[in-house]
Amino acid sequence: MVEEVVTRKSAALVIGGGIAGIQAALDIADAGYPVYLVEREPSIGGRMAQLDKTFPTLDCSSCILTPKMVDVGRHPNIELMTYSEVVSVTPPGPPSYPPHGGGGAFRVRVRKKPRYVDVNKCTGCGLCAAACRMKGRVVSRFDEGIAKRSAIYVPFPQAVPLKYTVDPTACLYLTRGKCGKTFLCQDACPAGAIDFEQQEEFVDLEVGAVIVATGYDLIDPRTKPEFGYGVYPEVMTGIEFERLSSASGPTMGEITVNGKRPKDVVFIKCVGSRDPHTGVPYCSRVCCMYTAKHAHLVRDKIPDARITVFYMDVRAFGKGYEEFYDRVRHERVIYRRGEPAEIYRKKARDGQQGDKLVVLAEDTLLGKPIEVEADLVVLATAIVPRTDVLEVAAMFSSLGGLECSPDGFFQEAHPKLRPVDTLLDGVFLAGCCQGPKDIPDTVAQAKAAASSALRVLTQCQEAVPA
Amino acid sequence: MALKTEPMVEQLELLGCIQCGKCTGGCPVARKTVLNIRSLIYQMLVEPELDVAAHPELWDCTCCFTCVERCPKDVRPAELIIGLRGQLVESGRIPETIGAALMGTFRQGNPTGMAREDRAAWVDGTEVKAAQEGCELLYFVCCTASYDPRVQPVARALVRAFQAADLDFGTLGTEESCCGNEVRRMGEIGLFEMLVEENSELIRSVGASRLVTTSPHCFNTFKNEYSLDGMEILHYTQLIAELIEQGRLKFSHPPNLPGREAEGKVTVTYHDPCFLGKQNHIFDEPRAILKAIPGVKLVEMDRNRERSLCCEGGGGRMWAEGTNLEERLAFQRVHEAAETGAEVLAVACPFCLLTLEDAVKVQGLESRLQVMDIMELVDLAL
Repeated sequence: MVEEVVTRKSAALVIGGGIAGIQAALDIADAGYPVYLVEREPSIGGRMAQLDKTFPTLDCSSCILTPKMVDVGRHPNIELMTYSEVVSVTPPGPPSYPPHGGGGAFRVRVRKKPRYVDVNKCTGCGLCAAACRMKGRVVSRFDEGIAKRSAIYVPFPQAVPLKYTVDPTACLYLTRGKCGKTFLCQDACPAGAIDFEQQEEFVDLEVGAVIVATGYDLIDPRTKPEFGYGVYPEVMTGIEFERLSSASGPTMGEITVNGKRPKDVVFIKCVGSRDPHTGVPYCSRVCCMYTAKHAHLVRDKIPDARITVFYMDVRAFGKGYEEFYDRVRHERVIYRRGEPAEIYRKKARDGQQGDKLVVLAEDTLLGKPIEVEADLVVLATAIVPRTDVLEVAAMFSSLGGLECSPDGFFQEAHPKLRPVDTLLDGVFLAGCCQGPKDIPDTVAQAKAAASSALRVLTQCQEAVPA
Repeated sequence: MALKTEPMVEQLELLGCIQCGKCTGGCPVARKTVLNIRSLIYQMLVEPELDVAAHPELWDCTCCFTCVERCPKDVRPAELIIGLRGQLVESGRIPETIGAALMGTFRQGNPTGMAREDRAAWVDGTEVKAAQEGCELLYFVCCTASYDPRVQPVARALVRAFQAADLDFGTLGTEESCCGNEVRRMGEIGLFEMLVEENSELIRSVGASRLVTTSPHCFNTFKNEYSLDGMEILHYTQLIAELIEQGRLKFSHPPNLPGREAEGKVTVTYHDPCFLGKQNHIFDEPRAILKAIPGVKLVEMDRNRERSLCCEGGGGRMWAEGTNLEERLAFQRVHEAAETGAEVLAVACPFCLLTLEDAVKVQGLESRLQVMDIMELVDLAL
């Protein structure tokens, strides 16, 4: 008698829920294969969710991202594991091992961190956050420190999943063992979703392909102390400016510094980039264009602002990019060639109002040192590998480890001909974890990684007894 | 005089320059003279020859090395200035005062040209052991502290602090010669190498494990340009901060400032010397000393640490006025200090002490601001 068998499809693991991971997961899932998407933050969305507009088309970033996030959240083939971290990716287990997923070349261990909120009960109503004793006292990382939130939170209103999470570093009960007589969040929750007894869980998966899409960090501008970041509130980074300028951000998109609208706005490019001195010898690739976009946004919101962009070179290489650079200059954004050397605060002289920041530079085309006053300085900080890049690489150690290139980003198998493969069969790269890139390039690489992963998945379907 | 540019471009690796202008943008003297190091590098890169004598502004550079510190491409712009000065020194086309300083160093071991036999007169009766008899700590006094009557008390204060901490220390007495830090920066590489050889031999013969200097300039060259086989090189602020931390140097009362009746609180601001701060990243120790002195309240100027403003005393500028005498950076600096409300502008460098004290007088700030070396404050509180 012939035993009846059915085939079970192998699953893919996508590590990281930014735009790269989202796009890769959607493509694989749409092709009919199961995907586990693991994201360490409480919500997917990544850096793109933080951005205001996107260059050069000026689409609102969250308006084009949110539909994709929602698709991920409700896709029948995607199992979304947020607030979770991959612990290890190892060779497959013994036959008796009962894996989730459909078999394949990798066994994956995932740690689900306790949210202290039952996601099956939480409706995302937000009454807990409104009641929290720490309300308005916890720095919001999503808002880059510009806004404060509660200890129980969703990072942003469009979060997927829209489930609250207790921040273990800020919650009074979790940090000090005590929070008043009763838990205000628990009292406020109509669904009874808050559960301080929750423990971390480990889940084992078996998958046929892995896509690493762990993203990037930005260099700490304090590594360039001459710019006074952290000393002067008027000096901020590009990503902070995104939150300041975003209509859904803490100021509803109003650009204010120290409660006032800036009149003199200075942008400084290549802060840390192209600078072997800071360990970032490469170009970060997106700063020229996002600085042009920032300058446009300032012009849009503060029509009479004096806007200066300091540059060493302008690299506007993508579709529609040079045209956007042209447009911004015509909007009375003055480009001055020279990398500023220092920022200091100049005492107001008689008849002047308030102490102003002064940016010291040489206008190299004039060949003379100049001083430009500023109420707001935006630093285009370098894209750098995530601080935990070596830990992520080490998750693959039993398979031989993931390689990093000399710049610290993950190494592709061949710089020209295998740009999304790694040297580990079945493990692929997408997005900025492989090197700095803009959104179009990130999406293109994610789609390529998904396609490469599907090529593997179609070959590792396994037969299981019906 | 036409200099062939190519050899120096190779030697100083100027090809790495991307002409970003960060060097000139941050150069404190570029704002007051025609010195433009970025432009000089460009000329070196694109022209076959450079007429070095046509650039008297080369003597404006204070060798604060802000350009070196800030260059994103690890070009060392100030080294080009030193190299070009070297060409001028070789051809003898140098300001008279620079020539005198170099000649004095060659003949008497110090740039003022004062007699070598008077080099140890600063001790003023205090008993200081000859290091040649053997000691754990070698105190390298160097020229300004040995000869300048305004800086001699700093050296004596250091000796008293060493004695209070019961250190086994000695000096080289009249055998000590200029460390050569400024000599190298004036472009006289041959004389510098001679001084390195003489001093190194003498220092090694002492067998001390540590060497401490009065001046950040000497500290810089001993640490970065000599090779003294494993000997620990310290600026005095590092050593004094260490002694305070270990409890070996204790203060007994707030500093009794001269001209003040009662001891009490004193507000102090600190000026980072370029050779200590920017060039060697020693920012915390001087501040730690000041904070440890009873009654001292430390306030910061806006431009501090990596953004400190050069006093214009380095790179041979103690012996060459430069091309713009009117707008001295020290003038600007003492106003910045006075604006903090501090009564004392503390320094940790003999050149800063001299340039800033002079500026306080010229700017008529004497009633508001007093320039003192950190060691003078320490001494008044022991």
